[in-house]
Amino acid sequence: MDIQFTEEQELLRSSVQRLLRDQYDFEARRKIAASEEGFSRKQWAAFAELGLLAAPFSEDAGGLGGGPLSTMIIMHEFGRHLVVEPFIETVVLAGGLVEHVGTPEQRQGFIPGIIDGTKIWALAWTEKASRFDFANVATRARREGNDYVLNGAKTMVIAAPWADYLIVSARTSGGERDRGGVSLFVVDRRAAGLDLQSFKTIDGRRAADVSLREVRGQLLGREGEGVALLEAGRDRAIGALTAEAVGAIGELNAATLDYSKTRKQFGTTIGSFQVLQHRMVDMFIAHQEALSLMQHLSLSLGTGDSGLSRLASGAKSKIGYAGKFVADQAVQLHGGMGMTDELNVGHYFKRISSINIQFGDPAFHLLRYAQLGAAA
Amino acid sequence: MSPEDVAFRDEVRAFIRDHYPEEMRVPNPETDLTKEQSLLWHRILYKKGWIAPLWPKEYGGPGWSITQRFIFEQETSRAGTLPPLAFSVTMVGPVIYTFGNEAQKKKFLPRILSGQDWWCQGYSEPGSGSDLATVRTKAVRDGDHYIVNGHKTWTTLAQHADWIFCLVRTDPNAKPQSGISFLLIDMKSPGVTVRPIITIDASHEVNDVFLENVRVPVENLVGEENKGWTYAKFLLGNERTSMAGIGRSTRYIGKLKQIVKAEIPADDPAHLEFLRDIARIELDVLALEATELRVVAQMARGIDPGPAASLFKIRGTEIFQDITELTHRAIGNYGLAIREHPASANRFMPGPDYGHTASEKYLNARKLSIYGGSNEIQRNIIAKAVLRL
Repeated sequence: MDIQFTEEQELLRSSVQRLLRDQYDFEARRKIAASEEGFSRKQWAAFAELGLLAAPFSEDAGGLGGGPLSTMIIMHEFGRHLVVEPFIETVVLAGGLVEHVGTPEQRQGFIPGIIDGTKIWALAWTEKASRFDFANVATRARREGNDYVLNGAKTMVIAAPWADYLIVSARTSGGERDRGGVSLFVVDRRAAGLDLQSFKTIDGRRAADVSLREVRGQLLGREGEGVALLEAGRDRAIGALTAEAVGAIGELNAATLDYSKTRKQFGTTIGSFQVLQHRMVDMFIAHQEALSLMQHLSLSLGTGDSGLSRLASGAKSKIGYAGKFVADQAVQLHGGMGMTDELNVGHYFKRISSINIQFGDPAFHLLRYAQLGAAA
Repeated sequence: MSPEDVAFRDEVRAFIRDHYPEEMRVPNPETDLTKEQSLLWHRILYKKGWIAPLWPKEYGGPGWSITQRFIFEQETSRAGTLPPLAFSVTMVGPVIYTFGNEAQKKKFLPRILSGQDWWCQGYSEPGSGSDLATVRTKAVRDGDHYIVNGHKTWTTLAQHADWIFCLVRTDPNAKPQSGISFLLIDMKSPGVTVRPIITIDASHEVNDVFLENVRVPVENLVGEENKGWTYAKFLLGNERTSMAGIGRSTRYIGKLKQIVKAEIPADDPAHLEFLRDIARIELDVLALEATELRVVAQMARGIDPGPAASLFKIRGTEIFQDITELTHRAIGNYGLAIREHPASANRFMPGPDYGHTASEKYLNARKLSIYGGSNEIQRNIIAKAVLRL
């Protein structure tokens, strides 16, 4: 099976490609990442104008109805250009959750701001002891009237310094590692009692630790369903992250191949050495398999197959290992140049390393894939 | 170990415990110390007479046996002390006392020992990485000077250096290896420019060094003109046993175990996976250490270990890369964060202290399989020199 893109999908892909080619080359990206804020509101507005922020939403929700395939197309190109703007956090994760489980008021209240690019979101689920476990939540929420009040601390919240809203997981009942009793809340990032401590991430983004003291939030989805909602959100995010990884893998392979054909040592191009040829063949195979799995997952996300979550974990693991292999070898084959901040290769390496941590590393998802398989 | 060796080991241990400067115990000594701070331990070892274990006694070495040298290496690296600058003490020093003239020995050796001169290595060039014999930096004789022009790269800590030892081409018509000379250049000479290269871990460790019409007195030529390749190869052979990095790996495995214990609950299946991965690396270290001990024993009996350094380099670097990678994985989500450089305690870093350098170490360790002769080149060496392929 190979996805034949529709005319609309082709148009989406070529317009993203054109925008990024014109405005998001490696030097532009370097400037954006090094800027005070660490991302570009101008680029974000350009993404909105092009309809990228509307693409995956259903037409009901005011979107373009492109679904997971449009996310895949966009994120694949974003991966090729190392885009730092929080598309996954805002559109895929927060947008997806609001669209799927928000009340009509929440959908009407929040989705337009996402689509028009005026509001940025981040997902705050990680805690000190949580590692990759959504159920490991110590932050607490108690009901007060129609609202809830949150107390606790979240860590490693990607894009939080840029965000207008956070979706925060908090415990409404149960003990610290109980699956039940976790709920999701929408919190205004500038709410009283909410404090950020910001820092840079290895892939040139910004993140923050978030402390919550008597912070008011509104429930998103049903009380106690937070873990299941996060799992579904993670499946969608994995669709986006793996597409981004495949885009980065493709660029690394192209750059490495190109380098091996021009770099000369011992009187010949290094690409003429058999040991490096075989290495690059393995990198090529890794890319092909990752690309196929990416398509397979994105199609399943569209149809909502029953084994979807297991497949998402499988793809996260397999594409994660593929990315790691390719990134390691791309740096190695570029020699010292691969170690420099100046060349893009090291930056793809770092983004792939970062993708491999977000929502669980390849080993975590391999185990989850095995466990869900045994349970089926 | 003989009773004398045991006593020696205990003496070394006690000395490190009592004298290693507290000031040097920073999160990442390789990047966080100033030049002066990183020389503190050097000066203490110098006063003790232990700065140059490899050197013959007449030049200031301690006169240790091969086994004692090995014990010292093991103990200092296990304790996590910052090794004295290799470019000075293990690289250029031995070249000078082996191939240099009396005047050079008198001028340079005491300053290397005392830490007064900081040396860097002018080997690689943009077009000459693995294929070092093709260096193009030119040195043309002009009376009692050489005029040097060229571009050296990946020059480690050149920003601190007082001197650079360079491979330069003095005979452009000879075969690549035969037209190279070994030249000592004062970094303060007019025409020497250092440009930082920032690496993926955000640190400034390596540099470009540009040489434009640099006038170098002929007296700074080591040995004979056009024989530099021989000296360069001699120098690379000197690194032999330290390449395995057993002490460092052992120390990092210890830290890794503590991190896994603190970060991953024992009832999480990932805990067992980590224990298994750590065990695999421990066995790798054990096997490499046993190989190292075997080679050291052979050397003590006067047997030339041949290209054992290549084996140690390959496995030592692969093992350390595995450890840094596993450590980066062990800290989970915190692996997304990285310290900014220059490092400052005032900048916020998320998560426990033990994780704060995991990302930069992981990224920095990618260089290990590239530098000092890439691991591909080391495999070629074994294929040719050992397997006769």
